[in-house]
Amino acid sequence: MGHEDLTIVGAHPEATDVERVFREAYGAAVATLARVFGDISLAEDAVQEAFIVANDRWRRDGTPPNPAGWIVTTARNRAIDHLRRSARGQELQEQVGTFTAGADRWGEVAPVSDDQLRLIFTCCHPALKTENQVALTLRLLGGLSVDEVARSFLVTEPAMAKRLVRAKHKIKAAGIPYRVPQRAELPSRLRSVLSVVYLIYNTGADDPERASLRGDAIRLGRALVDLLPDEPEVAGLLALMLLSESRMPARNVDGALVLLRDQDRTKWDRTMIEGGHSIVRTCIRRGQPGPYQLQAAIQAVHCNADSYEATDWHQIVALYDHLFSVMPTPVVALNRAIAVGESAGPDEALTALDSVATELDNYHLMHAARGATLRRLGQREAALTAYQRAAQLAATEAERRFLKHQIEELSSLTWS
Amino acid sequence: MSQYLLSVHTGETQGEGGEPMAPEAMQAFMERVGALEAEMKANGTFVFGGRLHDADTATVVRMQNGGVTMTDGPFVESKEHIGGFYIINADDLDAALAWAAKVVDAIKEPIEVRPFFAISGA
Repeated sequence: MGHEDLTIVGAHPEATDVERVFREAYGAAVATLARVFGDISLAEDAVQEAFIVANDRWRRDGTPPNPAGWIVTTARNRAIDHLRRSARGQELQEQVGTFTAGADRWGEVAPVSDDQLRLIFTCCHPALKTENQVALTLRLLGGLSVDEVARSFLVTEPAMAKRLVRAKHKIKAAGIPYRVPQRAELPSRLRSVLSVVYLIYNTGADDPERASLRGDAIRLGRALVDLLPDEPEVAGLLALMLLSESRMPARNVDGALVLLRDQDRTKWDRTMIEGGHSIVRTCIRRGQPGPYQLQAAIQAVHCNADSYEATDWHQIVALYDHLFSVMPTPVVALNRAIAVGESAGPDEALTALDSVATELDNYHLMHAARGATLRRLGQREAALTAYQRAAQLAATEAERRFLKHQIEELSSLTWS
Repeated sequence: MSQYLLSVHTGETQGEGGEPMAPEAMQAFMERVGALEAEMKANGTFVFGGRLHDADTATVVRMQNGGVTMTDGPFVESKEHIGGFYIINADDLDAALAWAAKVVDAIKEPIEVRPFFAISGA
């Protein structure tokens, strides 16, 4: 994880050393202690205490040379203190035995990268509800406070605290293991991890109020690439997020949503595009395409174009065809239909949209796409109806504002 | 090592309301279940298990007005009831879920997996 991640969304411009280390090292420290003590709550409490101590001591004595290692060691000592004082600890001590062997064994131990991987697979275990997978991942691996997680879910802090406690209780009571899944289970388990990270990204992308989630998701994506460098879909997800992120400065102007066709492409983040393109090229060389890699490839084609008109739409439709063959969902069909509109024209697009209209009747973007297509076909009334339906269904304020604007624009037009 | 309850939740498919299983299908079912239980017993997974009679054979016993009363029928009126269960030993939830998948494959009904509290001193 590099420092540049922290500046992606500019969320922590004045972070102190402790805050910076917290973001970067919290998850790894919890993961290491969870492995040593076999208890997530104990690990979390100890790591939090270590950061409280750090806040005092680092300010006074300066930041130690290996801050992450300092946190792990301090937290480990705290956890041992807790265990010695509790009756349960006596039992645990007998079972584990080794953790009292002292600092020599762990020393200034750097967290093993496998620790984090284990914890990610625990947090995203399919026996947990998706919303709880997301909450645990943000809290334990993303280093977000309970309050921050609560805000990204639009619930109160006590409600989120309760949800996290319940989820951690299930992990412990049901015996969800801290283990990297075996080779045979890895693809299906990894899918659930990747979808959690992408869900976090999209939650941040859909709602400007929760924009910081995008940076959190990218950080998690980078960590996953470090942990699983040979999994092409892991790289694909990171590329997809980087390429989407590169366009964010042009997508959101003064709180208003700007469509791809109208975006000021000079505002796109070239460094991020380069990063995304380079991953996509590696994926193509590997030749093991999957849904995330193909979506990243589609974004890569968009980012390659100097203007909307100059986009290689045939290439994009071909990639959507490939994507649909591995991920035949109505949303993929919808996006393909939009691309068809650009490569073959609005008549073909409308036919393609009609084929998913029933399935996606409650999805605002389907109606928005219909609105845009009908508008191109000169069917003003039908376009208005579609936009109005889209506005009713829109999930966020920014989208509603955008759609209202389309409706106003269309209403004021006269067709001569 | 933990213990898990694998309970089978069945609708009213047997008895008066449902179609009785054809003899060949019943034979195949018994063979699948027999093979699975043999596998569970061979490696110490099996603790206890069995198939239950239909829920209308149940009796609920409760304390009421300082005495014990009995009522005919299951505790909760429901379309689905526990039709049988296994109690198994498993290292962790993943191991228990893997056994649950085998049970589902054998009996073609959904399974609920629940952990037991750890037995003190075990």
